[in-house]
Amino acid sequence: MNAKTVFMGYTRGDIVNFAVAIILALVIVPMVVKTDYWYSSILIPWLCLALAAVGQQIVMGYAGQLALGAAGFMAAGAFACFNLILRVPYIPFPLALVFSGLIAAAFGVLFGLPSLRVRGIYLMVATLASQFFIIWMIDKFGWFKNYDTSGIITAQDIVIFGKPFTTPLEMYLVVVVVVMVLTVLAINMTRGSTGRSWMAVRDMDIAAESMGISLLKTKLQAFAISAFFCGVAGALFAFTYLKSLEPVAFDIKLSFKILFMVILGGLGTINGAFIGAAFILLFPVLLNSIGNNVFHGAIDSTIISSIEQVVFGVLIIVFLIFEPLGMAKLYDNIKQKFRGGSAPKDKKKRELDAASSEAG
Amino acid sequence: MKRMQLRNRLAIAAMAAGLASALPQSAFSQETQYFPVASSRVGPYSAMGTGYYGAQIDYMNYVNMNGGVNGVMLTWQECETEYNAVKTVECYQRLLEKDGQKIVVFDTLGTPGAYAVINRMADDNVVLAQYGYGRTDGADGRVWPWVFNAASHYWSQIAVKMKFMAEKEGGVDKMRGKKIVHLHIDSAYGREPLPAMRKIAEDWGVTLVEISIPPPGLEQQSQWLQIRREAPDWVTFWGAGSGMNSTAMTNAARVGFPRDRMMYVTFGAAEEDMYPAGDAAKGTYAVANALPGNHYPLVQKIKEQVYGAGKGNLADESRVGTVYWNRGLGAAVMWIEALKNAQEMHNKVGKAVTGAEFRDGYEALNMTEERLEEIGIKGMVAPFAISCENHEGAGKFAVMQWNGEKFEQVTDWEAPLDPAYIRKLVEESAAKFAAENNITPKKCS
Repeated sequence: MNAKTVFMGYTRGDIVNFAVAIILALVIVPMVVKTDYWYSSILIPWLCLALAAVGQQIVMGYAGQLALGAAGFMAAGAFACFNLILRVPYIPFPLALVFSGLIAAAFGVLFGLPSLRVRGIYLMVATLASQFFIIWMIDKFGWFKNYDTSGIITAQDIVIFGKPFTTPLEMYLVVVVVVMVLTVLAINMTRGSTGRSWMAVRDMDIAAESMGISLLKTKLQAFAISAFFCGVAGALFAFTYLKSLEPVAFDIKLSFKILFMVILGGLGTINGAFIGAAFILLFPVLLNSIGNNVFHGAIDSTIISSIEQVVFGVLIIVFLIFEPLGMAKLYDNIKQKFRGGSAPKDKKKRELDAASSEAG
Repeated sequence: MKRMQLRNRLAIAAMAAGLASALPQSAFSQETQYFPVASSRVGPYSAMGTGYYGAQIDYMNYVNMNGGVNGVMLTWQECETEYNAVKTVECYQRLLEKDGQKIVVFDTLGTPGAYAVINRMADDNVVLAQYGYGRTDGADGRVWPWVFNAASHYWSQIAVKMKFMAEKEGGVDKMRGKKIVHLHIDSAYGREPLPAMRKIAEDWGVTLVEISIPPPGLEQQSQWLQIRREAPDWVTFWGAGSGMNSTAMTNAARVGFPRDRMMYVTFGAAEEDMYPAGDAAKGTYAVANALPGNHYPLVQKIKEQVYGAGKGNLADESRVGTVYWNRGLGAAVMWIEALKNAQEMHNKVGKAVTGAEFRDGYEALNMTEERLEEIGIKGMVAPFAISCENHEGAGKFAVMQWNGEKFEQVTDWEAPLDPAYIRKLVEESAAKFAAENNITPKKCS
């Protein structure tokens, strides 16, 4: 790989990857994929959840803060977006999306505060509050749901510059553009001084502090940015996938799913968020389809659902023990094998081991 | 070798061509109608899902064994939703089309799922058949042409329950000063009856206390302590899943709240919800939109033909004739009746119909006493007719009481005291939705 920087700190490999991603997402996919099912049930939820997983990755994989409550921030983003479009006249959708991310980020800062005092599993318990508080708040106060009698909101149609984006393909394009922009931003941050201070805090916070990194600023920044990503992901999830939703859609199970995406995909990698999201989302769909189409219901669906749980559980244990960098690392290894070279010493893995032993 | 293969292939092709020309056209291209089964067999709601969707599959098998619907064979495909709104959306998209044929109806058996797909119905030309659940103001067919509440909605249900309480107390005027606790699962489904319930309580001078239980609801200690403090005259319980439903009864027994002062929702009123509570369940009231029992002729025939041939969908045949199975049977019967109507109305007897044609057929449902008797479910469901404006159906429920072994019917099919008032609330709610979403209500007549 060419490691020389070509443009603003990017290597040639980065630029090639980015060009390939753009062509794949904006040209090849719309040309090849013709069925609405693929857009509305696979690609859109995958991209939305992957974006949330990137958010979880930032706080957990990079800043090393065990937080559990991504779905709460998604709910904040979704309901913020609904209310902004409902109550602020003439607000363009992209602006509403940014503001809903910012509102979620504000919650992120609020619930990131305990991270200054507690760490590890105790922090996880403390951040659970965000999950329950946000959902409770939306449930409790009818204003957030525009006083709908049954507490359900119907997301408005997406309109950008007067053009409605309502077909699955159009909504996919909106999602894919937002996700790409935010992913590039995330990669930028993780490579820059922001990301380096996150990782310094992750690896040893006392050392980081003695080097002049403000723990307060770094940790809260990670929580805020993570919540921003989750908030935008939640708004997209609500507006392009669910469309009519109640707060319960963002329950604790979704938070756990996002956590598993990050663990299986690989801690501390942006790729991992996408790979993990694809696996967690698609594996049950695949199992269910096989069960119903190949075996025609001969296998009890409770068994299929149990298989899903068993596989996820086993994989999480296996990855945590043998490959904390997850599927993203496996993918890199395979790529290296095909290139013929031996895998480079994985510095990241050692770093992460150190972090986890410290946290435990 | 190669040449022989070629010759063989030619021979087979010739034979096939000969056969095809010899057979009548209809047998060559069998007409089929495709139905989705978005089941929920997994998780806390499995008792509901296995019974209800099992009955739908059993009935479709039964129809196919008896020559289909005017010769049109039924096909279906199943997808597991786990009673989860997000998965229901995926299942809906997956089931939407199969072999070039689109679904004509969708049944989520759950309010969360119904809400998740309800706005897609008009665009996709699919009927949302909410058989006694779902969005209540869907009963206004002018705003929701594609949504039906064929076995009565939650607002009628709560009104019937309050009427029953009033009767027990000795009249509506005796209800003044009484206290009702609405103990509900904390979701849109749990809150669904509240708009109507609050209005009636206000009119009658009843104090209404709302207490919610977070799902899955296996922990209800604090809620029942609160109920003991409140000391209500009645509790209306609005839960989902056998775990939650039976936990409420055992907790009621623990705090000494009389079970014959508790009224269960249709989705807690099944044998599977009562058995786990044992003796604590005895005396509990519940309402039904499809009564349990296997003495109905259609249930008997399905037992004979479908289960006799080993094609039954339920692993435990003794559940045939229970509350959830019979409710699923009722729902499936309405699909097939609507399909028949659609074929006749659109001159397509013996052919598959489109979503729009099926919608017309469903709207034309007229389940008179005689028709129900012909089908073999007279008495199992209340007779009803659907119209362009009114998509609710009967709007009637029967009250049952659990005697420790089975449900005993204690009232006939009961309508709310003032059905026009409930209808007014439905129309107001639908009008509000139409105004918010720029929908022009359809003109009926």
